[in-house]
Parts: sequence; C-alpha cells; structure tokens
Amino acid sequence: MNLLGFNPHAFIETLPYMGKGMLGIFIVIGIIIICATILNKLTGKKKPKDDK
Amino acid sequence: MDFFSFLYQNAVDNFDYRMLIMWAIGGLLILLAIKKNMEPTLLLPIGFGVILVNLPLSGVVDRVVNGLPQEGALSILYKAGIANELFPLILFIGIGAMIDFGPILANPKLMIFGAAAQFGIFFTLCTSSMFFDIKDAAAIATIGAADGPTAIVVAQMLDSKYLGAIMVAAYSYMALVPIIQPPVIKLLTTEKERKIRMKYKPSQVSKLTKILFPIVITIIAGIVSPNSVALVGFLMFGNLIRECGVLDSLSETAQRVLANLVTIFLGITIATQMQFDKFLRKETLLILGLGFIAFIFDTAGGVIFAKFLNLFLKEKINPMIGAAGISAFPMSGRVVHKIGLSEDPQNFLLMQSMGVNVSGQIASVIAGGLILNFFA
Repeated sequence: MNLLGFNPHAFIETLPYMGKGMLGIFIVIGIIIICATILNKLTGKKKPKDDK
Repeated sequence: MDFFSFLYQNAVDNFDYRMLIMWAIGGLLILLAIKKNMEPTLLLPIGFGVILVNLPLSGVVDRVVNGLPQEGALSILYKAGIANELFPLILFIGIGAMIDFGPILANPKLMIFGAAAQFGIFFTLCTSSMFFDIKDAAAIATIGAADGPTAIVVAQMLDSKYLGAIMVAAYSYMALVPIIQPPVIKLLTTEKERKIRMKYKPSQVSKLTKILFPIVITIIAGIVSPNSVALVGFLMFGNLIRECGVLDSLSETAQRVLANLVTIFLGITIATQMQFDKFLRKETLLILGLGFIAFIFDTAGGVIFAKFLNLFLKEKINPMIGAAGISAFPMSGRVVHKIGLSEDPQNFLLMQSMGVNVSGQIASVIAGGLILNFFA
C-alpha cells in the first residue's frame, strides 16, 4: 500500500462488484426464503384447533 | 557465553522499542477482555499471544538461531490450523450447533434483512480498494461480515498480508456493536419509526423442517456459491447435529468443548500475525478505520432497506430490525430490542430482531463466499 498512491478511481472501478455482490446475496437469500417457505408448507405442523 | 552477556545480547541486541508498543497493545486487549468483558474468549488469548510473540528471540515463533532454523510452537499451530483454514471451519461446527433457526423458519421473510445488512461489506470493498490492492481490499471488507471465522477464512484464502489487523478489527468491532449501532440507528430513523410495534405471530416449526433446513441450505450454497460451501457446510453440519435429536451429546460437545478448544488455539495462534514488524504499520490503523466504516454501513444498509420496504407495506415494520441483520449474534438483536424498549416500554422486538440476527449469520457467510467467488 502506498498512501501517496491513493487511487480514488478504484472506488468507481469496484462499484460493479458492489452491485453484483448485493444482487447475488439477495438472490441467494431469496432462494433460501422460498425453500424455507416450501419446507414449512410441506412439513409444517398444522395449527391446533384451539388456537383462537 | 556467561549469563550476563546473554542477557545483554537478548535484552539490547534483539530488543526493539516497538515490542514495548506491542506489549501495551496486548495488555490493552487483555484489559478490555477482563474489565469490559469484550469478546473475552478471543481478545484475552490474542492479547497474551501478542506479548508472547513480541519478546526478543521469542521461541514460540519460527526463528533462526546460530544460523539454524527453529520452529516455534505457535508457528506450527498457525500452519496446522489457520493457514489451511481448519480452525475457523471447525469453530463453525460449534457455532452452527449453537444457532436456533426456529425464529427465521417461523417467519422466513425476515431473512431479507440479513441480506441488506451485508451492504457494509461491499461498500468497504469499494472504499478499501482506493488504498489497497483488490485482494487485500476484499479481505478487509469481510470485517463487515461481523463474523470472525468468515473473516479469517476469506483473508487466508485471498492470501492477505493483513490477517492480524483484520482479526483484531473484526472481533473488537463485534464487541463494540452496542456502542456503534445505536447512534447510526437513531440517526437514520425518526422517533415515530422507532416506536412502530410489530405483531409477533408465533408459528410452530416442525422438527422435520428444522432437520431439512441445514441440508437444503448447504445444497443451495454449494450450487450457487461453491466457494462458500466449506463455510456454510460446516455451519449447517453443526446445526444438523443440534436439530437431529439423536446426537445431543455431540451437539453439547460441539457447542461447548469443541468451540472452546478451538477458540483457545485460534486466539493465541492469530497472535503470530501480530509481530511488531508486521502489525505496527500505518495500514493497520487504516484497516481499523475501514472496519468501523463496514459496521456503520452494514447497520445503515439494513435500516434503510427496511425504510424502503415500508414505502410499499400496509403493515409497517420497525426499521430498526434491519440493523440486526449483521452477523454479530446475539448482540445486535439485543441492541435493537433495547432501543425499542427505551422508546416505548411496551414495544417488544426481541423475537423479530433475533430472527433477523440469525439470518445475518447465514447472509454473512454467503457474502464471504461471494467475495471468494469474485477474487479467489
């Protein structure tokens, strides 16, 4: 690292990684949410009748 | 050589004033661990290790004596357990065994905040790339995962030169979550927003769901982000041991004995990366600053995303729960709950914030895997 070689343009150059990273994580978590919801539907306990 | 000439040679010839600074840093870490109870399981071994490796001609690290190389015990441990990422991964089995995914399985939608609160990682990646080469920048960014083992694995796989500083930053800021998060949350929310009450709808999660969940997550992570599969797999293996119901003894061992054992070695071994010539550099201060930025933007990412969702929701959510999406468990969930109570003594956000906090653990590991996908 060379602080004198501070490169502000690198911030702009790495922005696509931020976009891809956040998109990637939302997609993966989205898939996990869908899977968890399906799992709950398929294997979840039915609510007891006295749950009013 | 008589004793006094040896003493003179060791104390004067091999002594460096920077060792004194490192002893002070080691002492400070021990003090914070004992007095302030800040992540004592890690900061205390690291603190002691720092003193140990910064003694003149310290025998615990590799050195050359009379022209002959001698291996040190901590260097051997480093090669055996950290250079190959073994210790952090084994620790993940213990962490997985400690986590109850029940709250997020009861309300899976909350997991989305775990994703939003990883924003600090990617923002810090961009920020640190202005100062460091891209691999070191990526390793530094994972401080924002608020998850020590993930930070170690990523830094090690990216061959970062700054593992010691990254570790200290990651664990120190995790301990400082109750101090860092509240001002950021209050700055980004109005009093009215902080008073929003959220109904907790408990729903029963079947044992089968809890057993299948870690298996399904491992398969998804393996397909989508192969580099994260070791992290996710070990975490979920630990959770499967917990939830299967037939391995109570192993689950208890993983949660207590295994996690404690690995933590002891992890902390003291990390100190090998904190020898004065490696640690006392201006880059270390910069890394500590970047870690701070990562935690702030993680918190901000979660809160702002929750506020954004509120624009479209009929039943508003308390935007503070977005801040619990960072992985620091359970501190972050408790912080949100406490702020909620301080605003309105009848506003109980604990279940929601803990659910989000647990999802942050999964999301941070996946974020680490994505970073590795990009740069490893």
